[in-house]
Amino acid sequence: MSELLDLSTAQAAQSVRAGDLSPAELLSAYREQAEADELGAFLWLPEEPLGVMGTAADAPLAGVPLAVKDIFCVEGVPTTAASRILEGYRPPYTATAVERLAAAGAPMLGKTNMDEFAMGSSNENSAYEPVRNPWSPDRVPGGSSGGSAAAVAGGLAPWSIGTDTGGSIRQPASLCGLVGLKPTYGAVSRYGMIAFASSLDQCGPITRDVTDAALLLRHLVAGGRDPCDSTSVDFPQEIELPSSEDLGGLRVGVVPELSDAATIDAGVKTVFDATLERIEELGGGVEQISLPHSEHGLSAYYVLAPAEASANLSRYDGVRFGLRSGDGDLLSLYERTRADGFGDEVKRRIMLGTYALSSGYYEAYYGRAQRVRTKIAEDFRAAFERVDLVVTPTSPSVAFRLGERTADPMAMYMSDYCTVPMSLAGLPAISIPAGLSEGLPVGFQITGPAFSENRLLAAAHALEQAIGFDSSPARGKAGAPAR
Amino acid sequence: MIDREQVLHVARLARLDLTKAEVERMASELSGVLDHIERIAELDLDDVEPTSHVVTIENVLRADDSRPSLARERALAGAPDATDSGFRVPSPAAAAAADGS
Repeated sequence: MSELLDLSTAQAAQSVRAGDLSPAELLSAYREQAEADELGAFLWLPEEPLGVMGTAADAPLAGVPLAVKDIFCVEGVPTTAASRILEGYRPPYTATAVERLAAAGAPMLGKTNMDEFAMGSSNENSAYEPVRNPWSPDRVPGGSSGGSAAAVAGGLAPWSIGTDTGGSIRQPASLCGLVGLKPTYGAVSRYGMIAFASSLDQCGPITRDVTDAALLLRHLVAGGRDPCDSTSVDFPQEIELPSSEDLGGLRVGVVPELSDAATIDAGVKTVFDATLERIEELGGGVEQISLPHSEHGLSAYYVLAPAEASANLSRYDGVRFGLRSGDGDLLSLYERTRADGFGDEVKRRIMLGTYALSSGYYEAYYGRAQRVRTKIAEDFRAAFERVDLVVTPTSPSVAFRLGERTADPMAMYMSDYCTVPMSLAGLPAISIPAGLSEGLPVGFQITGPAFSENRLLAAAHALEQAIGFDSSPARGKAGAPAR
Repeated sequence: MIDREQVLHVARLARLDLTKAEVERMASELSGVLDHIERIAELDLDDVEPTSHVVTIENVLRADDSRPSLARERALAGAPDATDSGFRVPSPAAAAAADGS
């Protein structure tokens, strides 16, 4: 069985297709792992294993079960976004992303833990329980898709989907030694994905390797534009399964504003620099470029995302679904429901966003942040006239200890330093594990122009082959985390 | 910087009933974050257009055909307090009076 869990998803799918493995066997093996979860990775598992379709073996994803972040609505299944305000909520419809992957042959294994409403970088903002990092259980898995990352890293799930608003797929992938891809904004339908900041939110895969990420992305975008999400667009090509082994002729840009920032830990920088050498060994050319406004990305992001969140989260008012508190009048119903139902970080962001949008402050904060966003997008456009891809560290640090950054919101927000500029510009970005520092995984982030996912995946694949990162030390620890 | 009075004003706008302790903490935490954010005040952004959406799409409209919508009983199924035909709430008149509007 441990060999079964060591198979990459593409390998497992191949065994299923060859008739060496049945989808039911695969599901029950992972189901057993997920039931023994001591990482806090899952918020919900079906009581009975979800039936595998008789045709799963012939489906493109061959019945390989998928862990789904609890931000995706699934009809009749508890969907909380890890918030008390949605405790007991069972949506009347299913998110397009989940529906498409199920139709391609990836049934849902369970719903994974996360930071409440995807707000956080450590998964400590879950209203239910924090998630532990399978590499070291006294450390965080990152966030907000921390449960999705921990489940895959710990071998509780073969692969998963998460969401990324300012780094919520890439940073947990980095901290858990996994591949995490945030697609170009609009590539994947947001229908049924509980909204945090609608102009930034994107769904994407968290997987053990680059090929698995390509496979999931292929089926996430394959159906084309979703009429239920007016911001979704047709992906201009089919997503190819990467086979590239070298980076010959590729021009890669390094951004000193991000990779040399004081916030980047020395151990992370060492792995980053070693990866740049690998790029050159593989035939790629590395040159310095400048994204002069990227250092202001975090400021713009922490105005725009909370501003959008404050509007999106106004729907949680105790009237149509979820929690209701209060004592009599309607105003008290609203104010008490929201006070009781939201956690500290969600309240903080609603306050920040409401303040930034309030009369007298709107132009100084929201208006300026929107202009910074324009400058950041322009910086990237200029950079991509000189280079094919831009690379940075994913996270300024390796996985930090539980509780280490909870007292200081700004210290936590700094986790997103290298990931928010791409989000603001709507660009695709992938994080791959590039090595270890202090025995913990370090991620390497690759970004390209809009809809350049195939280029990104090819480069990531070539680097992955050369790096040969071993993710197995974290697997199988789910049942008995070393303490 | 944001003071206690501003926190209370914004909490009222956001329909959040904060405890006294939360108000104090929020004032200091938000001030810390705003200190960082205010660095964008130094940038020259006079001739820069704002961006609200990064992908160029316009006039996304569907054909004006009627189609089935979510059945009423399913839409009401998750409500904390529903009637046969809608969501029940306390009288808004009491809220308006309390709000001073």
